Amino acid sequence: MISPRAVSIENVSHYYGKRQALADVTLSIDPGEIFVFLGPNGGGKSTLFRLLSTLMPLAHGDISILGKAVRTHQHQVRQQIGVVFQMPSLDKKLTVLENIHQQAALYGITGTVLQERTALLLKKLELEDRKKDIVEDLSGGLRRRVELAKGMLHSPKVLLLDEPSTGLDPAARQAMWRYLEFLRTDQGVTVILTSHLLEEAEKADRIAILDQGKLVALDTPDALKDKIGGDTITIRSRQPQALIKKLQDELNLSASEVSDLVRLETEDGPATIRLIMQTASELVDAITLAKPSLEDVFIAMTGRQFTEEVSP
Amino acid sequence: MTSESIASPSPFAAAWSLCRREIVRFLRQRNRIIGAIGQPIIFWLLFGTGLTGVFRTSGQGGSDESFTVYFFPGTLLLIVLFTAIFATISIIEDRNEGFLQSVLVSPIPRWSMVLGKVLGGTILAVGQAMIFLLLGYFVGIHMNAVQLLSIFGLLVVVGIGLTSLGFWLAWRMDSTQGFHAVMNLLLMPMWLLSGAFFPIPTNTSSPGQWVLSWVMTLNPVTYALGAIRQILHAETTPSFLGGETTGQFWLPGVRLGVTITILFAIVMFALACRAAGKTRRGDWI
Repeated sequence: MISPRAVSIENVSHYYGKRQALADVTLSIDPGEIFVFLGPNGGGKSTLFRLLSTLMPLAHGDISILGKAVRTHQHQVRQQIGVVFQMPSLDKKLTVLENIHQQAALYGITGTVLQERTALLLKKLELEDRKKDIVEDLSGGLRRRVELAKGMLHSPKVLLLDEPSTGLDPAARQAMWRYLEFLRTDQGVTVILTSHLLEEAEKADRIAILDQGKLVALDTPDALKDKIGGDTITIRSRQPQALIKKLQDELNLSASEVSDLVRLETEDGPATIRLIMQTASELVDAITLAKPSLEDVFIAMTGRQFTEEVSP
Repeated sequence: MTSESIASPSPFAAAWSLCRREIVRFLRQRNRIIGAIGQPIIFWLLFGTGLTGVFRTSGQGGSDESFTVYFFPGTLLLIVLFTAIFATISIIEDRNEGFLQSVLVSPIPRWSMVLGKVLGGTILAVGQAMIFLLLGYFVGIHMNAVQLLSIFGLLVVVGIGLTSLGFWLAWRMDSTQGFHAVMNLLLMPMWLLSGAFFPIPTNTSSPGQWVLSWVMTLNPVTYALGAIRQILHAETTPSFLGGETTGQFWLPGVRLGVTITILFAIVMFALACRAAGKTRRGDWI
């Protein structure tokens, strides 16, 4: 028996009044993937999240999760997905444990199963010593961990997260990613998140880039960057102008100075670095080779800058 | 796929959990306790004492009871109304604070969510009304166990009706400010025109009195109030089960009062469930 796709999205469109938020999106996500919907605000990823999480009814197209159509098997879909919203869904007046028990009642988890899962989640998310605290008194990072505990309480096979990094400091963000990777590797959970942060999307197995409601790219981060091709070489030098001149004169390479660094793009990075080191090593303090960034990918796909809006 | 069994939630257990949440939240917000029971008591003391003189000379109510006593059932109902309504408008807060989202995507049926909210509001409302009922003991309102239990039962039904009404109104609202308008335009008049404050006139010769009499007759709260008043006065009222016309005023009887109150609760609960079953834009904002 072939196991079904974790998520399959077919020809999904969505309108808010007359404004089209999603335009004919088709893609599928395999079990055990960490999948990021990347896009600027207003790109359509939140709309897709609402449809996947069953918060909003599906109007055009089809979505199935673990082989169950959202339209016809809403109940089964809801039992199998864990949802972590961007806007906190915790009751601030209740304690961590009370919030978890509330969630347990909504999913029919009781008795020893509840005890065991709660203990496990609190341990894994390092919340044990805070379990009796009122949520109101917790920091943003801790609250997000409680949200994760809530979302994972019924051991869903698919976890959906809407902009999970919003409002987290880098350390908390890293801790969250470690947990998401643990879920994927250790428990085979399919992790699907939306993000408007390019560096976050780098960590995904695959990315779907959404812009103005359209799916503009879908692949692994590396493959997306490979499609654009070329490498970026950055050189730190005490005499950047002299280096630029030498590269131009002797190797016919056009480089430019960007914030005190010499930067150039080339088809074959390693070969170019070898050439530079042979001819101008005395002017080079440090040299780095980089693949194009996802930002470059976005620019190439849409012809526009990925203007990152500051999240509230 | 592994055939792991997936737990299915019990709608009643989920409702009970949501109901407990209402009570815990209420108890953690002291100002809500004070507001819900304090205001009606102040109303009762001020109007009760202030209007007793006027009330006596005009001979309303058919007996020589003080306005403090006449106003007692109305205050009881006001406590239920205030608490029940304020408990349900918390659905607006739940929506704005994000808590509601996780309930909406959970596998419980929507009626279970409504039941939780309504039950929570009703328990809070009836609990506070019963505390007030004990206060009545000090102003000479004595009752036996049957009366106490009857009033308790009736208040539960009234509570369910009013919390459901509150839920139905609050479900479509995005701000508590909007709800205050409804409170002033609909809910307060419903209470004022229930016979809580003044009895229903039977003399409808002037158009004003005719309109008043009709509005009061159509107001479902009138019947709950009539029944409570009759139960409280059971010892002195021979026509316990029937309606009563005393002089120029009419008071619905217990049987009619209870029937209308139960019907009102059923209809309002059904309306609240129907409203909650529909998705609305505010669900995902």
